[in-house]
Amino acid sequence: MAQQEYEKYYVPDQSPWPIVGAVALFLIAFGAGNFVVEQTKGESGSGGWILTAGLVTLIFMLVGWFRHQIHESMAGMYSAQLGRSYRQGMAWFIFSEVMFFAAFFGALFYARVIAVPWLDGAGNNAMTGEILWPSFEAIWPLVQTPGGIETTAMPWTGLPLYNTIILMISSVTCHYAHVALEKNDRKKLKMWLGLTIVLGCIFLFLQVEEYIHAYTEMNLTLQSGIYGNTFFLLTGFHGMHVTLGTIILIVLFFRILKGHFTPENHFAFQAGSWYWHFVDVVWVMLFFFVYIL
Amino acid sequence: MSTAAEELHHDDHHHHAPSGIKRWLYTTNHKDIGTLYLWFAFIMFLVGGAMAMVIRAELFQPGLQIVEPNFFNQMTTVHGLIMVFGAVMPAFTGLANWLVPMMIGAPDMALPRMNNWSFWILPGAFTILLASLFMEGGGPAFGWTFYAPLSTTYSNDTTALFVFSVHIMGISSIMGAINVIVTIFNMRAPGMTWMKMPLFVWTWLITAFLLIAVMPVLAGAVTMVLTDKFFGTSFFDAAGGGDPVMFQHIFWFFGHPEVYIMILPAFGIISAIIPTFSRKKLFGYASMVYATTSIALLSFIVWAHHMFTTGMPVAAELFFMFATMLISVPTGVKVFNWVATMWRGSLSFEVPMLFALAFIVLFTIGGLSGLMLAIVPVDFQYHDTYFVVAHFHYVLVTGAIFSIMAAVYYWLPKWTGKMFDITLAKWHFWCSLISVNVLFFPMHFVGLAGMPRRIPDYALQFADFNQWISIGGFAFGLSQLIFLALLIKACRKQGEPVTDQVWEGAEGLEWELPSPAPYHTFETPPVIK
Repeated sequence: MAQQEYEKYYVPDQSPWPIVGAVALFLIAFGAGNFVVEQTKGESGSGGWILTAGLVTLIFMLVGWFRHQIHESMAGMYSAQLGRSYRQGMAWFIFSEVMFFAAFFGALFYARVIAVPWLDGAGNNAMTGEILWPSFEAIWPLVQTPGGIETTAMPWTGLPLYNTIILMISSVTCHYAHVALEKNDRKKLKMWLGLTIVLGCIFLFLQVEEYIHAYTEMNLTLQSGIYGNTFFLLTGFHGMHVTLGTIILIVLFFRILKGHFTPENHFAFQAGSWYWHFVDVVWVMLFFFVYIL
Repeated sequence: MSTAAEELHHDDHHHHAPSGIKRWLYTTNHKDIGTLYLWFAFIMFLVGGAMAMVIRAELFQPGLQIVEPNFFNQMTTVHGLIMVFGAVMPAFTGLANWLVPMMIGAPDMALPRMNNWSFWILPGAFTILLASLFMEGGGPAFGWTFYAPLSTTYSNDTTALFVFSVHIMGISSIMGAINVIVTIFNMRAPGMTWMKMPLFVWTWLITAFLLIAVMPVLAGAVTMVLTDKFFGTSFFDAAGGGDPVMFQHIFWFFGHPEVYIMILPAFGIISAIIPTFSRKKLFGYASMVYATTSIALLSFIVWAHHMFTTGMPVAAELFFMFATMLISVPTGVKVFNWVATMWRGSLSFEVPMLFALAFIVLFTIGGLSGLMLAIVPVDFQYHDTYFVVAHFHYVLVTGAIFSIMAAVYYWLPKWTGKMFDITLAKWHFWCSLISVNVLFFPMHFVGLAGMPRRIPDYALQFADFNQWISIGGFAFGLSQLIFLALLIKACRKQGEPVTDQVWEGAEGLEWELPSPAPYHTFETPPVIK
């Protein structure tokens, strides 16, 4: 069994795309590094242009690399073994994403459980509270920082609750799309996947609404101390992942319209759906730890 | 000449023969990418080494002579960053690229194009980091650990470039690690069961897991530094409800597993070399696997031993102290097994064996000083002194880097098909061995006497030892030029041809391949008994 698969082993041909991607990442990092400084200092400079050039190169690379990849895949050049490599690679990539979010969840837990109470004198830190900020009170959400910045807490009811329901339903529709693909029911596949994309877009729209509401009416901004910091970085990075996930699903949708994927052979669809379930799980964690608790 | 013909012949099966610069830019071949990684690591080793020379020149005498304090700080910072992310980690990834497919009977890495990408983003990242040294305000000067608020409130604008270059290094490491882990899971030849895998493969499997688990946390840490410095967040600012100590927790949650990322592959290398030159099987193979696994798991619960003096409840300090000391048990198992492998073996002392033996002795010295540092009340005295510098240079230079050199000498004849210049190699070994101890051993003494690290000036009573240290440093730096000369000769394929087995006692799939290993190997899987 394994023997046969090996003899079909496919060593991919040389490719110019990785080196294009390397140039893109170099431009992005160098441009972003300069752009951030120019923006915060209000200076003019070339950082923004370099960053844009990098992003354009990256999109060019992604389109080119994926086209090449899809072409090879549709030509039947890939073996079952390569499919397994792709699946395992995707799974480990998602694990790395989990650990990225873990860093920010870790910051949230540390601030809530340790840093903020200590500032109010918890543990053996009585003098910290007494000397630094005697009037500071440790509460969570931290609506008044030791430095005196005031803000309001985002309630879990309303938009966040709707968003949770929307995203959880989208996880279910995504699953049914996968089931339809495996049963080769193309009509239902398009319907369920289309529905997932629509739900993803609604989520993103509501998320933007929530941010506008936070900035304009609640005085909850990125500068609002540790509560605002963890709130915006966690939901912001999650939103970026939902955006990426939605783009992936849209690409998959167009590939399905063109007749790609079979019940046996659909790694790209599987990877996209894994990614979608992953962003949903992160949201559930977010909803619980950032909004409710 | 026959090798070139052979390569061409092999390529006929596949794609047209790659040539010129495109061969290296577009390559999907694990051997080419391994070579690129190894040369990149060596160049970075020389660049980072040159910075160490600047540091040692300044510290040759008390007082400020050669460089400004701010530039001195940039040198210590960038030296650390380059050696960790530019030299040791890419060198191990290069060895993994060359060796893992050959050791498990695979034709290549599992994801060859991503393999190319993960290498070629590295030069860009280090170009950015090094370029920042020449920009207004200079490069990063907050130490390679970039503690807040040094990296936030008190840093200069090039911090943004530092942050993004670290992001790219992280992306590169994660992609490299995914590739290694998928290769090992999915590409083993039939019959290559888990407990038949060479230990280098085992240790790299676990290293790859550690990399995927902690590099994203580093990305999170630099992201928070970026937003704190430029976007007004206060993760590490108590006035906003954050905490600078939180930075250290997040950083060292990455940083401690990172330490094992830089030493576990070394254990794998030593476990390959010692049996060959002892002409015996490795003593306690299974216990080596379990020891490696337990070191990796323990590495996630010991991070705060880097921060005993920065403010923690006593209960937490005790927990981290005992968890840290627990790691010496599996590490002791490893050292015991290496010594037991040599026990009553027919030892011979070829160059790889010399480096491996130096590794065992000197790494153990570094391990024991680590055990001293793990003890909370003692660490209160040692923290941020040269004793710490001595400790981690013993584990990283005479540990990780000596193991990389041992690996290069061990497998180089397999890669080039020619024996390297043994006279030069012995000069390299003995010069390195003597100078590295003159360099790092007296650091224990000045450290215990209270000399702080990361300071360009020091009290008069440390002058004699510091002169010895600097002389050792310059000698160690010069010794590496012997290595450079040897490697250039080897890459020009000068030297005596070697047999397929190369070393008399060598066992494993890679030694059954022709020397030099053909461009494509194991297109049909080998049979493993």
